[in-house]
Amino acid sequence: MDYSQFLAMKQEIGLLIVFLLVFLYDTFMPRSADKQLPVFASVLMVIFTAVSCFCPCLAGSESAFAGMYETSAVIAAIKNILNIGVVIVLIQSVKWANSEEMAPRRGEFYELLLVTLFGMYLMISARHFLLFVIGLESASLPLAAMVALDKNRYESSEAAIKYILTAVFSSAVFMMGLSFVYALSGSLYFQNIYLALTGQHSTMLVLALAFVISGVGFKLSLVPFHLWTADVYQGAPTSVTSYLSVISKGAAAFAFLVILCQAFGAVYANIWEWMLYALIILTITVGNLFAIRQRNMKRFLAFSSVSQAGYIMLGVIAFNAMGLAALMYYILVYIFSNLAAFGVIGAIENATGKVSMDDYRGLSKTNPRLSLCMMLAMFSLAGIPPFAGFFSKFFIFTGAINQGSVTIYVLVLIALINTIISLYYYLLVVKAMYIAEEAPVVETFKSSCGERIGLWITIAGIIGLGIVSCIYNFLLDTTATSAINAYFL
Amino acid sequence: MNITLIYWLIPSLIMFCCGVYGFITRKNMIAMLISLELMLNAVDINFVLFNRYLFPGQMEGMFFTLFAIAIAAAETALAIAIIINIFRSIKTVDVQGIDKMKF
Repeated sequence: MDYSQFLAMKQEIGLLIVFLLVFLYDTFMPRSADKQLPVFASVLMVIFTAVSCFCPCLAGSESAFAGMYETSAVIAAIKNILNIGVVIVLIQSVKWANSEEMAPRRGEFYELLLVTLFGMYLMISARHFLLFVIGLESASLPLAAMVALDKNRYESSEAAIKYILTAVFSSAVFMMGLSFVYALSGSLYFQNIYLALTGQHSTMLVLALAFVISGVGFKLSLVPFHLWTADVYQGAPTSVTSYLSVISKGAAAFAFLVILCQAFGAVYANIWEWMLYALIILTITVGNLFAIRQRNMKRFLAFSSVSQAGYIMLGVIAFNAMGLAALMYYILVYIFSNLAAFGVIGAIENATGKVSMDDYRGLSKTNPRLSLCMMLAMFSLAGIPPFAGFFSKFFIFTGAINQGSVTIYVLVLIALINTIISLYYYLLVVKAMYIAEEAPVVETFKSSCGERIGLWITIAGIIGLGIVSCIYNFLLDTTATSAINAYFL
Repeated sequence: MNITLIYWLIPSLIMFCCGVYGFITRKNMIAMLISLELMLNAVDINFVLFNRYLFPGQMEGMFFTLFAIAIAAAETALAIAIIINIFRSIKTVDVQGIDKMKF
């Protein structure tokens, strides 16, 4: 075996080095240096992200292990988007990780987080279902342990058991679908599956795709498979929730796109287009309708993220290069907006322990800056023009419309109507903070340094990403020239 | 006598359906885990069968099964650890006890 092909996995190796350094620091440094671990991990991750964003050696496309692993400029860009999100999550969680009750398992949080990120890398780069399943499982199993990290709080365990049981159930269903795909095509390579399925249509294939889509749809919390979302988001520690809602979801969306286009692209028009069509309508609508009645902020954002997943899937159903670029841009913007919201929620929870929407009444009087951040995040999530959320929605709708069929126009129209519904519940939060007349519930407090830096970054992203148009142009250029397009047309 | 593929697939199908049924109806979390194991094992059987009968020249399905078994073991270990943690706080492994967070 030629061991030099491991060198094709440059980003994975970088992440592995970060992981090993964090692990060695956690194991061998004296107790007194323990408090510096969160800062150490964040700095390492910032360096790694900067290197992998600007290193020219990542631009080429390479494949390793007889084509099981593949990387290209687009895939490197996707991983960088995830890295940026992880950096923000790490910076925001410094205070929480340094709290007294986290002391015995401070290291575990960082190690598990980096391992799940590694799994997501594999998921995105895999071109063979064996590697994909290994990536999927190493992304979802440590996440269950992360959800259960707050060992002394019962809700954390309850969320974890709900997460792990549904995760295993969905991965069993997913692998059952894979076994049917294997029977039909005789291979687990995406490329061979694509060739073998071209022109095929059978009940078994429909069943196989339904199983596969429901398995990955669980990770993305698309609607018939979304029931775990709200409970897990509510029960998990807030830092883990923010990680779960942006990074895990983003990685699953990219992986979904890769397997649907590269492995099942041949049966797009006659099988999975209408499956996704139904899923998107259900996801956006049900997510919105349930979000309206939530009072707990974390549950509220859980349902908001369910409906956002529906918008994300519009980039997949578009099935063209522009859809891919719009999907990447959407997830980048979603990372910034959602992390801004979670940053505010985490800051308030760390300071006062309050997570209900009623506690946000009059927040603008006591904590004007935090409520301004929250308002910008809500505006961006709802898609109000000057902020990045508007542009990401605009591009993802355009990408879908470029697909060209009349049914997609109807789908985009439904999504547009749902955007207006979503405006109502996002503005409920703004109303509670700014317009409600009652006396403020949350006292004035000073948020920690990490939380402030995290919020500054996210706010800069929310305002900047939409205006700095070269970011979207860069994504569009990368996708237009990349190897991932080989199977689009 | 020659046993064809379909006769082997029926037990695996029954196992999978039993697993789904058990997962949905069981009230005990350990029993739910056992049902999940049934489902995963049905998948393993399927892969081995398809490999052995349809594509005897290669080993892809067999290898997938090996990895799937390892993954299933990891899942069970983690789930049991979490169940033990729940048992410590509420003294039951019944799913009806874990209803603190609901709609």
